[in-house]
Amino acid sequence: MRSTRDRRIAFVMILPSLFLLAIFVYGFIFATFQNSLTDWGEDRRAGSAMAAARQSGFVGIDNYRNLMTDALEFDFRTSMVNTFFYTIFFVGGCLFVGFVLAALLDMRIRFEGLFRTIFLFPMALSLVVTGTIWRWLYQPVGLNSLPERLFGLEPYSFNWINSRKRVLPFDWNDVPLYLTYIGLFILSILVFNYLIKRRWGAMGWALVIAGVLGFLQGVDFWTTTVWPQTLELDLRAFTPDAPPPGPEADMKGFQVALTGIIIAAVWQMAGYTMAMFLAGMRGVPDELREAARVDGCTELGVYWRVVLPQLRPVALSAMIILGHISLKSFDLIFAMSGKDNFQTLVPGIIVYSAFDNDRFARASAVAVVMLVLVCTVIIPYLWTQLRERRD
Amino acid sequence: MKKYISLFLTLLLALGLVGFAHAQDDDELSGELEIFSWWAGDEAPALEALIALYNEMHPNVEVINATVTGGSGVNARAVLKTRMLGGNPPDSFQVHAGEELTGTWVVADRMEDLTFMFEENGWFDVLPEDLLDTITYEGGVFSVPVNIHRSNVLWYLPETLDELGLEVPATIEEFLAVCPDIQAAGLTPLVVAEPWTVNHLWETIALGVLGAEGWNGIWTGETGVAGLTDVYATFLDVLECTNIDADAAGLSWQQATDRVIEGEAVFNIMGDWAAGYLTTTLGLEPGEDFGFAASFGTDGIFMWLSDSFGLPLGITNRENTLAWLELMLSIEGQNAFNTLKGSIPARVDAVEAAMDEYNAYLLSAADDWAVDVLVGSLAHGTAANERFMGDFGQTIEILLSTGNPQAAANAFAAICSQAAACGQ
Amino acid sequence: MTAYEMRRIAMRGGIYGTLVLFALIFLIPIYMTAVTAFKTLPETRLSTVWNLPTQLNFTGFEQAIERFGPSMGNSFTLVIVATIVSAALGSMNGYVLSKWRIPGERVIFPLILFGMFLPYQAILIPLFRFMNDIGLYGGIPGLILVHVVYGIPITTLIFRNFYAEIPDEMLEAGTMDGAGFWQLYTQVVFPLSVPGFVVVIIWQFTQIWNDFLFAIFLTTESSQPITVPLAILSGGREQNFPMMMSGALLAALPPLLVYIVMGRYFIRGLLAGSVKG
Repeated sequence: MRSTRDRRIAFVMILPSLFLLAIFVYGFIFATFQNSLTDWGEDRRAGSAMAAARQSGFVGIDNYRNLMTDALEFDFRTSMVNTFFYTIFFVGGCLFVGFVLAALLDMRIRFEGLFRTIFLFPMALSLVVTGTIWRWLYQPVGLNSLPERLFGLEPYSFNWINSRKRVLPFDWNDVPLYLTYIGLFILSILVFNYLIKRRWGAMGWALVIAGVLGFLQGVDFWTTTVWPQTLELDLRAFTPDAPPPGPEADMKGFQVALTGIIIAAVWQMAGYTMAMFLAGMRGVPDELREAARVDGCTELGVYWRVVLPQLRPVALSAMIILGHISLKSFDLIFAMSGKDNFQTLVPGIIVYSAFDNDRFARASAVAVVMLVLVCTVIIPYLWTQLRERRD
Repeated sequence: MKKYISLFLTLLLALGLVGFAHAQDDDELSGELEIFSWWAGDEAPALEALIALYNEMHPNVEVINATVTGGSGVNARAVLKTRMLGGNPPDSFQVHAGEELTGTWVVADRMEDLTFMFEENGWFDVLPEDLLDTITYEGGVFSVPVNIHRSNVLWYLPETLDELGLEVPATIEEFLAVCPDIQAAGLTPLVVAEPWTVNHLWETIALGVLGAEGWNGIWTGETGVAGLTDVYATFLDVLECTNIDADAAGLSWQQATDRVIEGEAVFNIMGDWAAGYLTTTLGLEPGEDFGFAASFGTDGIFMWLSDSFGLPLGITNRENTLAWLELMLSIEGQNAFNTLKGSIPARVDAVEAAMDEYNAYLLSAADDWAVDVLVGSLAHGTAANERFMGDFGQTIEILLSTGNPQAAANAFAAICSQAAACGQ
Repeated sequence: MTAYEMRRIAMRGGIYGTLVLFALIFLIPIYMTAVTAFKTLPETRLSTVWNLPTQLNFTGFEQAIERFGPSMGNSFTLVIVATIVSAALGSMNGYVLSKWRIPGERVIFPLILFGMFLPYQAILIPLFRFMNDIGLYGGIPGLILVHVVYGIPITTLIFRNFYAEIPDEMLEAGTMDGAGFWQLYTQVVFPLSVPGFVVVIIWQFTQIWNDFLFAIFLTTESSQPITVPLAILSGGREQNFPMMMSGALLAALPPLLVYIVMGRYFIRGLLAGSVKG
């Protein structure tokens, strides 16, 4: 039996790490949260945010409310929309390319090691290096001239990272509505599912939630209570006879300038997804595949029917890891399009910009939003991973 | 007893003074001097010349030339802020004279008052009133201006104009009138680059629309939303004549200038550091190889900005920094720097000491500096504090994404009141 | 040749063709980087940009070394010290968490792991101020501390999973012989740790070398690692591409070498990031 004394030593040995993490992770998160509830001394006098003897005042959730509803904070909302599209295309791209590569490598081919090395090496690079390299490729003389060099075709004039074009336009004011639709859609799937399985108890709950949602929608809860008047621009401080603030449209959409950044990011991370998928595929027992082949499945059919279902947990892990990476993105965008390009703005850049515009309280609020987004993805993931491990 | 003490004190004081004078004569300055600036690449030689001069005078001081790249200091300011907040200020740092210094660092109580130095050296007599007003805050002078740049300059290639059969447009209206023809000829009428150069264009257009009085009225609140709406409406028309929707965001300001020189674009509005780039880096002759004029509708107005250096509180090498500041405003220092930088001296009595060393552009700029109406630049920190500048880009983004000048002007006003930048 | 064989050959051909195509696409950026680095500026114009350089030109490299050389030195100091310290710390934590019962472990372990996924923006501003207060802002020691601290989660996880594979019986046997906490570590666990250390060292080496976020917030010009000037020049639209590509190669080379030489361990670290080792 190990002695209590040794156990105590063990505990003491891990204490410094716990102590450091308690401060550097949880203490600082708390401090950021606290900062986000203040004005960081901004209101006292412009510039005094930089003062050595700065006085910051408590403002409650004003910073958060402003992020969602203040006309001047449209850049934050742009950054959220950018993150949304960036995440979807980046994760989708990585999963697709990663899966295709893994499936190809899984076909008992020669030089597998060489190919794997080639597909995975971008992972070893710094995002800054990737950004530097790809910015060069996106110069007019770069990729755009390749079709001309290879096939004598007309050169493109596509603006990979500088385009001002925006597609899939929508109004930020409608976002609550869309969220409600999405919620209802998910709910209806669940209800449908329960209907098939005839689990009436669970369905009861779903109906209750649907009822509540429907009621909130009916009384126009979203637009009148939670999310009032997105473009609220109060000019009365500047011009006394200005009209009171009123709602205005705040148009968002997919910024075409993100295309180039997404491609570079997929180039960097597809190999990682490939490695995960490959590990998953190697874990599928050969007997299963053989059985499918005996049943007359083609090679493609084997992947579709046998391997793919087995890869679901791997795909989910990959989605979560990649998703949280894209929520945090900063380096790549900084290196590729700089920090004051609205077309490619992401929350990570806004936090950095606090050192430009002295708005540290707002930056703290943005940081907390980032944290919450990452948590919604990561906490359930950690939970299930650790539970599985215990079982 | 008292007598002895006072005698002792007087002696001590005398000794101290002797020691001080001694230090000045024989130069016992030693240690380090860290100079923080964004002058890298093409703009580096001017600073290096000044450092060389300093090394000659104070050979025992090790000068650390800390530069952070990025046109107009876009990156340097963030780095500087981390250092200042970090209680690790550089011994002296480059900052645009005006609100960028006073509205950010002086109000924050992080700079030392330099009035004593100005008095000792008689600098109050050799600098223009307007400039002195700008670097003064609540009675104290806080920075040493090393140069003057002009923001509202139009650059073009005479051959391109000849080919198109154009004159230099004197007003914005004239420019907008010829713009479709230039576009029809397949050229960019006016080339812009990364986001800050668009801010730069905005201030020159605003000056063209409002005139000097209207421009100054923005910062006192007299111009108001109505005037700003006019500015944004005109600016939107001007942007139609640029490459903003094409590749602007990926270009550096030098690349925009290159477009003019290569004949792909007709005009470029950029500060007169472009003259330094054109003459020093590209080896062109001002007035012959390239042409310049006041930007549309701003003839007779000099929109100025000035790079300056100050004395941060809490630095370790204060004496070395004082010597550095003194050198920078000496006639010798001003000429050593400005002839290479492509700017004009802030001192009014410096150019005549080295007439031959200034090129045609600079001599004309120095003449204008003497007679023109002077207004402070916004994009380069003279007219508004960093808080305002940090958010100003949003008004242009609003303008571009909504196409609504009124919305942009409203946003401008709102940012103004948040940053306390417009006298309200 | 039967139809079946022909189909098979066509299929194999298709597989290899696709793989080669993908490989080429993945290599294009590196090709461009490498050829540009050895060119003169005029050679990066449209007509010759995709060609091999007419002759090896080192101007770009010279400029890059002048520009990035000092920060590259900083990167090496930073990486070597921080990697060693965080590996040692991780090994100890992994040992404790896998072989000793710690009160509240079920809560503590997930709390440690969360640090791995933390968006660092959420702690940056307080971190920045804290580093100021303790006088470590702006220098390499401060950056080392930060990397060590935020490296604890991943290094702990990797070592914990690694030590979990050491049979408990081995430790029990040691305990029978009267070995305590330290003896068990030095005599049983540590000698078996070499692969674990290799994985962790490689992982931390590449992570810290490649970091930009902490570097740009916490260093000054004299102490910044190589990613900072590179990113600032790149985001600042620097047009001297031979120099930039040389700089990119300099910054890419150390982690790339590690990857090529010890790729297998690198992938293990990579996959450890998805929590289940």
